Amino acid sequence: MHALSAISYVYLLLTGLAFWTPAFYWIAIVLGGGYLSRILHPWIGLVFTIAIGWMLVSWRSDMRTTADDRKWRRAMGHYMRNEDALVPPAGRFNFGQKQFFWLMVICGAALFVSGLVLWFTTSIPRELQAVRYLAVLIHAIAALATIGGIIIHIYMGVAVVPDGLHAILHGDVSEQWARHHHGLWAPQAPRIRTSSSHAERDGSVDLGR
Amino acid sequence: MPTLELLRVSASTPPAPGVRSLPVVTKLIDTSTCIGCKACEVACQEWNDLPPETTVQLGTYQTLPDMSANFWNLIKFREHDENGALQWLMRKDQCMHCAEPGCLVACPAPGAIVQYTNGIVDFQQDQCIGCGYCITGCPFDVPKIHTRTKRVYKCTLCVDRVAVGLQPACVKACPTSCLQFGTKEAMLDIAGTRVTQLKANGFPNAAIYDPPGVGGTSVVTVLVHGDRPELYGLPRDPSVPLAVRLWKGPLKWIGNLAMLGGVLGVFVHFVRFGRKDLEGTEATDLTNGATKPTKKTETT
Repeated sequence: MHALSAISYVYLLLTGLAFWTPAFYWIAIVLGGGYLSRILHPWIGLVFTIAIGWMLVSWRSDMRTTADDRKWRRAMGHYMRNEDALVPPAGRFNFGQKQFFWLMVICGAALFVSGLVLWFTTSIPRELQAVRYLAVLIHAIAALATIGGIIIHIYMGVAVVPDGLHAILHGDVSEQWARHHHGLWAPQAPRIRTSSSHAERDGSVDLGR
Repeated sequence: MPTLELLRVSASTPPAPGVRSLPVVTKLIDTSTCIGCKACEVACQEWNDLPPETTVQLGTYQTLPDMSANFWNLIKFREHDENGALQWLMRKDQCMHCAEPGCLVACPAPGAIVQYTNGIVDFQQDQCIGCGYCITGCPFDVPKIHTRTKRVYKCTLCVDRVAVGLQPACVKACPTSCLQFGTKEAMLDIAGTRVTQLKANGFPNAAIYDPPGVGGTSVVTVLVHGDRPELYGLPRDPSVPLAVRLWKGPLKWIGNLAMLGGVLGVFVHFVRFGRKDLEGTEATDLTNGATKPTKKTETT
């Protein structure tokens, strides 16, 4: 699920940037030409929408803001300065991850709806031209918002949090890691039987990183 | 048209290669002398060798409801009732060849829309990616997507004829001199004379339609009801849509700066704070007797 959304997002990001500014048009050429990119972009957009919808269904209950999140939010400065000892324990997702999740859900919905308008632009009657204008702006603004989020998201997962990348690729974390980063969740997290841990590993990861 | 006459190229930041300056050409359409014969429609189809479109009976003398990818020149026919006097208002609908073309501004594909130094705006279908942004950018609803090729087509102002000193095919075919072709200056002169004549002959509102909101157009229309261009299906004060100007102007620069700022920001953060350190807590965790069994998260 995370892999599906990640791969589709990266494709959408790259081709979207190509359409966004001539400075990045070369990306579309590398990816098989502007014509092909234009055809695939909306279809991959559908894949991304489905992936986000799937995430919404499976994670919604874990993504509600709790009292612990409010405590965590007040200590966010410490978290950003890597003073983790001063940060209250987080659940399965910390407040930052939850914010990113809702950013992607809301912007994903905005991108989907405005994207449909751009996809079927000739089906919009001339009298509703304002809808096209809105769609153009919403699609760009929502995409920029997700880019801001994704920069932080990838940076955190790959560079800041040790083993974040391992967790995404392999779907498991050490118990110590879980206690450190998701202290409230660690005790209830499902365990892998140590003997067959490799057999049970798979690529679909539910850590939200 | 040769490369040396390219004034603007869509989605291209380097200067356009045009170094030759040509007088701006203009097609004049005089709605007061149009008899609705559609010789121009036929000439357009013939010269551009476009496949025939099946006509649609609209209850008027109009050939089709709208222009199409295979039909770039349409006489729009309207019946107008004023004080009990019925008037037939006919206007040749086609690309207006704006000096400030909204299509070209909106286009993301380098070289798909070009403007020549003589004012002609032309689509290069081989570079077109079929996104339809030009349709959103056009204040006149001119560009049309072809159902099979998924690329966009419109009037070229017979760029191939004009390049070799001929007038556009429609002008050549017009039997009443309702259509004329020449430099913009000459056409505005003729249009001005015509408006004066019309005013003297009981049409006090006659006016030239050369909308300044798009920098003027290379297709100038004399309207008998110049105070009400809507009667002819023309927008009163067309301009490149504000949304398109924002999107391709300030929003693009703000967005690019924000993306750059985001990347620089995380870089600075990494230099300043670096990776999170798990080692500090490890000691205490390990003293609790944890032997690091691998744990699997719920997978979906």
